[in-house]
Amino acid sequence: MLQVAEKLDSYRVDFERIKRDSADRRPQWIDHIRTAAFGRFVELGFPTTRLEDWKYTNVAPIVKTPFARAGQAQRMLPIEPFTLEEVACAQLVFVNGQYSSDLSSLEKLPEGTIVSSLATVLAGNSASVEAHLAQYASYHDQAFVALNTAFMEDGAFVSIPKDTIVEAPIHLLFISSARLGPADDGGSSAPVSYPRNLVLVGSHSQARIIESYVGLEHDVYFTDVVTEIVGGENAAIDYYKVQRESEEALHVATVQAQLGRSSTFSSHAIDLGGALVRNDLNVALEGEGAECTLNGLYMVTGRQHVDNHTRIDHVQPHCTSRELYKGILDGKSRGVFSGKIVVHKAAQKTDAKQANKNLLLSEDAVIDSKPQLEIFNNDVKCTHGTTIGQHDQEAIFYLRSRGVDLAAARSLLTYAFASELLGRIKVAPVRTRLAALLLTRLGNGSTPEEIL
Amino acid sequence: MLNIKNLHAKVGDKEILRGINLVVKAGEIHAVMGPNGSGKTTLAHLLAGRDSYEVTAGEVIYEGKDLLQMPPEERAREGVFLAFQYPVEIPGVSTSYFLKAAVNATRKHHGLEELDAIDFLNLIKEKMKLVELDQGLLNRPLNEGFSGGEKKRNEIFQMAVLEPKLAILDETDSGLDIDALRIIANGIDALRGPDRAMILITHYQRLLNYVTPDFVHVLSEGRIVKSGGRALALELEAKGYDWIKAEADLAQQTIV
Ligand SMILES: Nc1ncnc2c1ncn2[C@@H]1O[C@H](COP(=O)(O)OP(=O)(O)OP(=O)(O)O)[C@@H](O)[C@H]1O
Ligand SMILES: [Mg+2]
Repeated sequence: MLQVAEKLDSYRVDFERIKRDSADRRPQWIDHIRTAAFGRFVELGFPTTRLEDWKYTNVAPIVKTPFARAGQAQRMLPIEPFTLEEVACAQLVFVNGQYSSDLSSLEKLPEGTIVSSLATVLAGNSASVEAHLAQYASYHDQAFVALNTAFMEDGAFVSIPKDTIVEAPIHLLFISSARLGPADDGGSSAPVSYPRNLVLVGSHSQARIIESYVGLEHDVYFTDVVTEIVGGENAAIDYYKVQRESEEALHVATVQAQLGRSSTFSSHAIDLGGALVRNDLNVALEGEGAECTLNGLYMVTGRQHVDNHTRIDHVQPHCTSRELYKGILDGKSRGVFSGKIVVHKAAQKTDAKQANKNLLLSEDAVIDSKPQLEIFNNDVKCTHGTTIGQHDQEAIFYLRSRGVDLAAARSLLTYAFASELLGRIKVAPVRTRLAALLLTRLGNGSTPEEIL
Repeated sequence: MLNIKNLHAKVGDKEILRGINLVVKAGEIHAVMGPNGSGKTTLAHLLAGRDSYEVTAGEVIYEGKDLLQMPPEERAREGVFLAFQYPVEIPGVSTSYFLKAAVNATRKHHGLEELDAIDFLNLIKEKMKLVELDQGLLNRPLNEGFSGGEKKRNEIFQMAVLEPKLAILDETDSGLDIDALRIIANGIDALRGPDRAMILITHYQRLLNYVTPDFVHVLSEGRIVKSGGRALALELEAKGYDWIKAEADLAQQTIV
């Protein structure tokens, strides 16, 4: 207990410092939010496994590791393999949480659309974010949201006016590396970054947002990110979060999406990296007829731990939600899936379907899967299901009976299991890159185009 | 080519094959008929290497080797092919991709160079004609959403591409309309050759009208209870299996 208290002390010191730092360049309201959030964080403390929502995920590695806010890149970075410059209309690159204008490109943006670093917006026209920033992701009851909110400095601000179709994706690339070194520390602590993103999509508008998290080396660092997304009436948002952190990294992310009348939101959550990963994806269907499709794919091995918590609130009538999360677990890895669907009193004619399917490739891999329905209306259609299994022996035999050896048959079927979700990814280079990555991991020399 | 001697096999506590004896020589076509549940599929899967059965007695010699000791992929590479009664659907993998992997695994096994994409395409284009399969189907996920007839055609197509020495076709003629049956039967007949043996498992005479067998065997309760020439199939079609069962039971009793 003492240790934990001491631990929070170091966050306190850090918080005092960030408050002093360049306070004059910040609007006052942001300091109010930060102070309130930090106060909440101290009260809540880091979550323990005694809390229902954290039952299967022990954040001790985060509590125990000393972190320091990370510094900016001083040298050229090999980011080529991770960029989407050829298809994106805007690409913001963040290095250890800080915006790098050198690495970013914003030329091809349509009229009226704002894509900017949050730090820049806060230092300049902060009124444009005041109504939304920290209004959706709740720092009152979620410690990691509180921590992020207390320390938020930079991230992406995307604002798309009404009646605007932004066809090309907007890419937000978050790169981390301990080698670049924490800014204000002799190198004895690991870097931490608190990216904060705000995405506003106006009525009748359409956008495609890709968040990528990449680790350049095999090192320890901590990313605590919060993304708030607001979709207006009839907005269409296609959202991707591709997590490929280093295999030592700690990654905690919260996405909060608020959706207006008749809007559609699809998300694709891909988790391949990280030692300890926790994602909270919360979607509030707040307007009649809103629709969301949540796709998830996690593939872990070794001692990786990946936890996906999703929550869909059906607040208004006639909303539809579809959810499919698939996991591939090898080695001694552990997966957690918790899918909560809350149908509010007013939400008649709710139509919700949820499925979580897991493929266990080793005897030591573990998955805890928990669907939760909370229904306060009678006039609803809700289904959910979980499957946990090994490869289909019939299929393995079929492939082997044609001359394909056991290892190749397994990797082919593993790829096939994942391909359903890869197939839903609409941005071609994202899809083919992930497919290639999967095949490499599976030790299969093929290219994705060959397989399908 | 194939010599099955006194083969016994069980699943759990249930004995399914109870002493099968069968000799198949290169170039021969053997039809295996018999009532539902008599063990036809079990025999076919056992020959292809399915490991869910326990062989309790007997042996199978294929091309001078102990077949039962070989893993399924090795059997395939050595020329054993099974056309499944119920071909498995595999979403996410196209037929052409999987077949290329299969062809190249076999070529490698025989010390041949692997086929590249173009050679492979030429190969499948030629073989597709045999069962009137169109290429669109081959680029779709393996058997997923295929009609019954398409699945069976796909099996024969794969056989044509892999050119096995011993082909075991498990009810490849079931559930087909007359046009599909004709296509498949002609495909099978075209693959007949002096170096290739086939075991045709079927319930119906109609396939045998196209592909004339050299021998017809009746499997009942895990034993081959009667063997004969092609006339036996006609007799079965006319009279059903009951008379053979009665005959077999009688024979059993006399032995006891
Ligand atoms: N895995 C298994 N577990 C339990 N019983 C099995 C298994 N496989 C086959 N059997 C049983 O063994 C018997 C023979 O089955 P098999 O599929 O070989 O018959 P078949 O002659 O091919 O029948 P059909 O004409 O209906 O295809 C049946 O009674 C079947 O239920
Ligand atoms: Mg059968």
